[in-house]
Amino acid sequence: MKEVLFMTVAVVGVGYTDFRSTTPDVSFKEQMFEAAAKAYQDAGVHPRKDIGSFITGAEDYWEGYSIFDEFVPDQLGATLRPVCTISGDGLQALLTGAMQVKTGLMDVVAVESHSAASDLLSFHGIVSHGLDPVYNRNMNVNPFFVAGLEMRKYLSETKASREQCARVVTKNKLNAMDNPLAAYPAVMSIEEVMKSEMVSNPLTRRDISPLADGAIVMVLASEKKAKELSENPIWLKGMSWISETPWLESRDWSDATYARLSSEKAFKMADITNPQKQLDLVEVDDWFSYKELQHLEAIGVCEKGQAGKLLEQGQFDRDGDTPVNVSGGRLGAGNLLEASSLQSVLECVIQLRGHAGKRQIKGAHTAAAQSWRGVPTATGSMLVLSNEK
Amino acid sequence: MSEKMKEVPGIYLRDAELKAEDAITFKWRPNAKYAWSGGIAYSRYLAELKNGRIIGRACRECGRILVPPRMFCDTCFRATDEWVYVKDTGTINTYSVSYLDADANRIKEPILVAVIDLDGASEGIGILHYVDPKVDPKDLHIGMKLKAVWKPEKERIGSVTDIAYFEPLKEG
Ligand SMILES: [Zn+2]
Repeated sequence: MKEVLFMTVAVVGVGYTDFRSTTPDVSFKEQMFEAAAKAYQDAGVHPRKDIGSFITGAEDYWEGYSIFDEFVPDQLGATLRPVCTISGDGLQALLTGAMQVKTGLMDVVAVESHSAASDLLSFHGIVSHGLDPVYNRNMNVNPFFVAGLEMRKYLSETKASREQCARVVTKNKLNAMDNPLAAYPAVMSIEEVMKSEMVSNPLTRRDISPLADGAIVMVLASEKKAKELSENPIWLKGMSWISETPWLESRDWSDATYARLSSEKAFKMADITNPQKQLDLVEVDDWFSYKELQHLEAIGVCEKGQAGKLLEQGQFDRDGDTPVNVSGGRLGAGNLLEASSLQSVLECVIQLRGHAGKRQIKGAHTAAAQSWRGVPTATGSMLVLSNEK
Repeated sequence: MSEKMKEVPGIYLRDAELKAEDAITFKWRPNAKYAWSGGIAYSRYLAELKNGRIIGRACRECGRILVPPRMFCDTCFRATDEWVYVKDTGTINTYSVSYLDADANRIKEPILVAVIDLDGASEGIGILHYVDPKVDPKDLHIGMKLKAVWKPEKERIGSVTDIAYFEPLKEG
């Protein structure tokens, strides 16, 4: 176990499209090509000779293609090369890429994830398809009831308020104002969030992140290669991913256990003993407003029941002690389905390089990206990154 | 099968028994609907088919002409450079004769499908299409010359099936 604790893989290139509510003008392949070309340029590599393996994080049902791996090589420069799809989110794909580098079989690995959400006419139908077919699907309820159940339990146990959840939405949309990639920046009032239509009480429409399209590609490299290629490699310091039981009938509805366990493991690898002090910024999954608060408590940025209060005090604002979702998160940058977790990693990389412009967190050198795969899952990952090896 | 499985009581259900009212079954029809963005390459290709023409994209680096068109070259990993019309005639690269339809029903008149390397595109690049159903499957062969039979202009909708099928090219 000891040798695994020492990570020597770095992000040496990032490429991305901007994120948009709809992209009728380009196909998902054309978006992937744009992101890949930029990432390879950023890393100073050519995919036809320098990259050993290509991985996408994608789910066939989001895409509408079976065996989706077959549709990705061309636009990544990956034909006649090792290619695979991780049926998971972009962060899980990235962790797989890091492990491939660690095997020593490849020095450089490309990781891709994208969202073509606007191609999907039956988003709720696909989410429902993730429910147990015998016990849950035939109840004929919109699948966001799962979030309603969880939000109710979380608010009841922590005494967090509806208003504090609404503040997550306004904060993230405001953060997105300074992220040129973001699809849904807005200056929105707490009242507007609170007064939006009820979806599954207590969850309202504005508590739910709006879908967006976009593609992100990252280039990973071994220590030796990273030092050759990059003046500012961003090192992967700790990583973990966890799945809980799928049973809606017997899961822990109040705590995000997957987030707690995956962060404990990743923080141990990264030598993070006090996340609140040691992390300069945190990107956590905010598919629904309350999830940001729940995740912050689960990963130990604060005690259970404290996230709402600390949010109100401004601790998670861009100029607070622990800036949270400076990118805008899913609520502000847009819900990129499996690619949102790579969007979180992207923000960390840009910040740790010092390239975040107006939204730059001064002196940032350690950051964390936490992911969740959305309802009805209880699966999530954690990645700690640093600009110091 | 393990010894234990042999002791499982009951019988395997037949189709009729599964459909009987006293059998406990669950039905689920996935609601999976998509409307893929055409993007640049698909959109132009389909628009040109509606015009009765086949268009590809050329990559200056490797010199290949890609049909259907792609905005990037998979071999060189670079953006392709220009639109190029290719001919609606070509040569059978490979073919098959299917005696099942898409739902696996056995059909009397077989469906003839072929990959046709198009004249003007690069070697080994072309179109997947039907061959005229009037052709005797025995007469099909690799290397056979074919020509597109287009649907009347009014019936074209911007689809690969705007070409009805490919028929043998008459000599001379
Ligand atoms: Zn080429």
